[in-house]
Amino acid sequence: MTVSTHSNEMPAEQSWQNRWANMKVTLAPYGFLSPAIILFLIFNIFPLLFAAFMSFHLWKPSEGLGAMTFVGWENYYYAITDELIYKSLYNTIFMGVLSGVTMHLIAIPVAYILATYIKRFRNLFTGAFFMPFVTSTVAVALVFTNMYGENFGLFNSLLATFHEMPVIGSLLFFWVDPENPIRWLIDVAFIKPSIAGMQVWKFFGFQVVIYVSGYLTISSEIIEAAEVDGCTGFGKFWHIALPSIRPFIFFCITLNLIGALNMFEEPFVMLGKTGGTDSAGLTISMYMYLVGWVWEDFGTASAMSWFLFAFIGVVTGIYFLLFGKKGLGDS
Amino acid sequence: MNSSPVVRIWEKVGTAALYGSFGLASLITIFPFLWAAILSTRSREEIFTPGISLYISNHLADNYAELMNTSFPFWLNMFNSVKITALGVLFSLAFMSMAGYAFAVYRFKGKNLIFGIFLGSMMVPPVLSLIPFALIIQFLGLMDSHLAIWLPFTAVPFGIFLVRQYVVTTVPLDLMEAARMDGAGEFRIFWNIALPLMRPVLGTLAIIQFVFFWNSFIIPLIVLTSAEKQVVVQVLRSMQGLPNSPWGAVMLGTTISILPILIFYALASKQMIASLTSGAVKG
Repeated sequence: MTVSTHSNEMPAEQSWQNRWANMKVTLAPYGFLSPAIILFLIFNIFPLLFAAFMSFHLWKPSEGLGAMTFVGWENYYYAITDELIYKSLYNTIFMGVLSGVTMHLIAIPVAYILATYIKRFRNLFTGAFFMPFVTSTVAVALVFTNMYGENFGLFNSLLATFHEMPVIGSLLFFWVDPENPIRWLIDVAFIKPSIAGMQVWKFFGFQVVIYVSGYLTISSEIIEAAEVDGCTGFGKFWHIALPSIRPFIFFCITLNLIGALNMFEEPFVMLGKTGGTDSAGLTISMYMYLVGWVWEDFGTASAMSWFLFAFIGVVTGIYFLLFGKKGLGDS
Repeated sequence: MNSSPVVRIWEKVGTAALYGSFGLASLITIFPFLWAAILSTRSREEIFTPGISLYISNHLADNYAELMNTSFPFWLNMFNSVKITALGVLFSLAFMSMAGYAFAVYRFKGKNLIFGIFLGSMMVPPVLSLIPFALIIQFLGLMDSHLAIWLPFTAVPFGIFLVRQYVVTTVPLDLMEAARMDGAGEFRIFWNIALPLMRPVLGTLAIIQFVFFWNSFIIPLIVLTSAEKQVVVQVLRSMQGLPNSPWGAVMLGTTISILPILIFYALASKQMIASLTSGAVKG
C-alpha cells in the first residue's frame, strides 16, 4: 500500500541524482501535510495548552494580556463548586436524552416502513425528512420561536382550533384553555420539551436515512429464511431487522451524544443567552459562552473547559466500555 | 398470488393510507420553511393575529424595505457568508486532499504519531475548544476578521480521513510509481494523476464543508463584532432580539438566507444526503 523508498541493496556509489530523487519522495509527505499540521498546531494544540495555562490565572480579555494574575487552583475550585455548571450539565443531558429517545422512536419504525413497504417515492419522502438537517439551526430556530409564540404562534393557534372542533375537541383537546395559552418558551415545564421538539424535527430525517440504509443491508436470504420459519410482520421487524441495525443504532446514539454536548444555537436563539426562565434551557456550551464572553472571566471558563474535558472523557469511556463492543460487535 | 378480492381491496386501502400518511408527514416536515415564506409576505398586524390560515399577503415589499432599514447591511452580510463559504470550501479541498493523500500513499517517520493525534482530536468535543480558540484568535490579532472563521476549519481530521480512505481503496499505486519512473515530480503526480481520480470524494467533502460554513454560527458569534463583518445568520439573530422584533423582516431575511442551500438541495438532494451521512455508510 505504501511507496517503498529503499532498494534492498544500496549501491556503494549512489549518484546524487538518485539520492535527490529519494529525498524528494522522503520529504514530499511532509510538504503535503504541512498546511494541515500548521493549522492543527496553531488552532488545536496550542489553544489547549494556552487554556491550561489560562486556567490558573485571573484575566479579563478586554484588559489586555498584561492584566493576567496567577491565582493557582482557585478557578478549578470555583468550577467544581459552581451550581450552574451542574445545572447546565443536567439541562444538556435532559434535553439530549429527551430528543434522542424521541428521535429514535420515530426514526426506527419510519425507516423500517420506508425500507420494506414503500417502493415508489421513497427518495421523495426521505428527501423531505432530511431537508431540515441541511438548513441553518439559527434560521430554523427563528421560525420555531415564531411558531412557539404565546398569543399568535402557530402551535397555540392549532391547539385552539382543535379545541373548538365538534367531537375531537371535547374528546382529545378538552385540556386546551384558549384563555391561557401555553407559554412554550417561558414556562419552566415547557422549555426543555419545546427545545427538544425542534431538535427532533431537525435531526430525525438524518437518522431515517441511516436506518433505511441499515435495513437495506439485511440480505434477502435471511428474510426469506425467517418467513419460512413463520416470521411475519412485526416479528420480522423485532427479531430480524432490529438486531441487524445494532451498529447503526450505536453510531446514531454516539452522534446524539456529541450533538447534545454541543447544543448551543437552539436555546441561544429561542431563549436568549441566559437560557430562559430559571436557566431551564441553559446548556453547557451556552454556560461556557456566558462565563467567557458575558462575564468576561476567561480563567474560570478555561478551568471549566478542563473540568468538562475530564468529565466527558469519563462518560465517553464508560459508554464505549458498556456498549462499544456490543454495538460494533457484528459489523 | 390468489388472494380474495376483499383482501386485495384491503391491501389497496392499506397502501393508500400508508402513502397518504407519509405524504402528510413529509408536508409537516417541510412546513416550517413554507411558513417562514408565508410570514414574510404579511404585515405586523397579520402576523400577530391568532388563528391558522395559509393566505399569502401583499406586504412583501414593506418587509423588504424594513429589512433594508435596520442597522444591519443585510446584503453585505449575505455576501460575507458567501465569501466565507467559498474560501472555506476551496481551501478545505486543497488542504484536506493533500493531507489525506499523504497519509494514504507515503510511508514516513512520525506518520502513526501524527495520524494518532489527528484521530484523538476528533474525540474532543468542540465546546471545550471554544474558549482556547477564542484566546488564540485574540492572541493572533484575528478578532473581527473573516480569516478566523474559515481558515482554522479547512483541515479537519474527519475530512482528512475521508480522503485517506478513498485514496487507499481507489488510487492505484503502480500508476504513480510508473509516473515517478518517467521522472514526474511528487506534486505533479498528485496533481495530474491522483487528484482527477479523487473527484468523487472531493465532491463529498465540498458538500460537507459547504453546509458547515454556510450554517456556522458560534465561531462568527465570538469572533465577528462589527455589523459590516458579520454573517447573515448572526444578523438575523440580532434583528429578532431588537425591541418589537420586526417579524416580517426577520422571516423574509431567514427565507433569503435558507434559499441558497435549499435550491442546492433541490438540485442535488441525493448527493447531499449521501455526503452528509458518509461517516455512517462505510460502518
